[in-house]
Amino acid sequence: MTAAERLDLTFAALADPTRRAILARLAKGSASVQELAEPFDMSQPAISKHLKVLERAGLVSVDIDAQRRPRRLEPKPLEEAVDWIERYREIWEQNYQRLDALLAELQAKPAKRKRTRK
Amino acid sequence: MPKPLEVTLPSDREVRVVRSFDAPRQLVWDAHTRPELVTKWMLGPPGWTMPVCEMDVRVGGAYRWRWKSQDDGKEFGFYGTFTEVNEPNKIVFEEHYDPGDVGGPITSEPAIITNEYAESKGVTTLTVSMLFASKEARDGAVGSGMTDGMELGYARLDDMFKA
Repeated sequence: MTAAERLDLTFAALADPTRRAILARLAKGSASVQELAEPFDMSQPAISKHLKVLERAGLVSVDIDAQRRPRRLEPKPLEEAVDWIERYREIWEQNYQRLDALLAELQAKPAKRKRTRK
Repeated sequence: MPKPLEVTLPSDREVRVVRSFDAPRQLVWDAHTRPELVTKWMLGPPGWTMPVCEMDVRVGGAYRWRWKSQDDGKEFGFYGTFTEVNEPNKIVFEEHYDPGDVGGPITSEPAIITNEYAESKGVTTLTVSMLFASKEARDGAVGSGMTDGMELGYARLDDMFKA
């Protein structure tokens, strides 16, 4: 899978309030499917479906050796998503810093601008 | 002196970006509406150029922006029409994504972009509000263009932490 495909999976997995709530719960510690289903008005199969999406995106892993098969949060895809966002923030910051320089340059030549306007 | 970029989420489909500039409002307006000035700064990351920047700044007038990668020659852009022009205070336009050969999803409904310029003591504060047709449209835009990614990314991040 390419980095871009992984990001697509991460963002798609995050684009659902139930899945974000599951991640928020797992951020406090591992939990079984049953424990995850409790706070939601949802069946365990419905929760399992959401967990599959999160597992495919690598955001959640299963401890298959433990009896209750607890789910655990995997932070790496989230870190990659944050890195990606930070890169784009830098791009806009680069744009705006260029604009700062352009505005300073335009203000340094006010005489010429005024003459051409009058 | 560079000012920090502020990003907030007024609503589910909206992203707002605020940035101040040490320049009078008219100048900041000019830098956003005159193609010969826009192409000097709205370039994105190193290695990209802006070969197409056409702007007919009046209500109903069209604009077209296109960026090109110097590495592989790939292009993408945005286009649309201006729906409100109130120089030098406020400009509103519809924004369609043009995937070119960079790719990314095409959403039929454009985003509505509002730029507002407020001046106080020689400092102009620019507020950019981006309103998307749907949550899906916003999600689609996240995976696509180069320039919108930051705001949208932050929207996602805030969403995530709201959960």
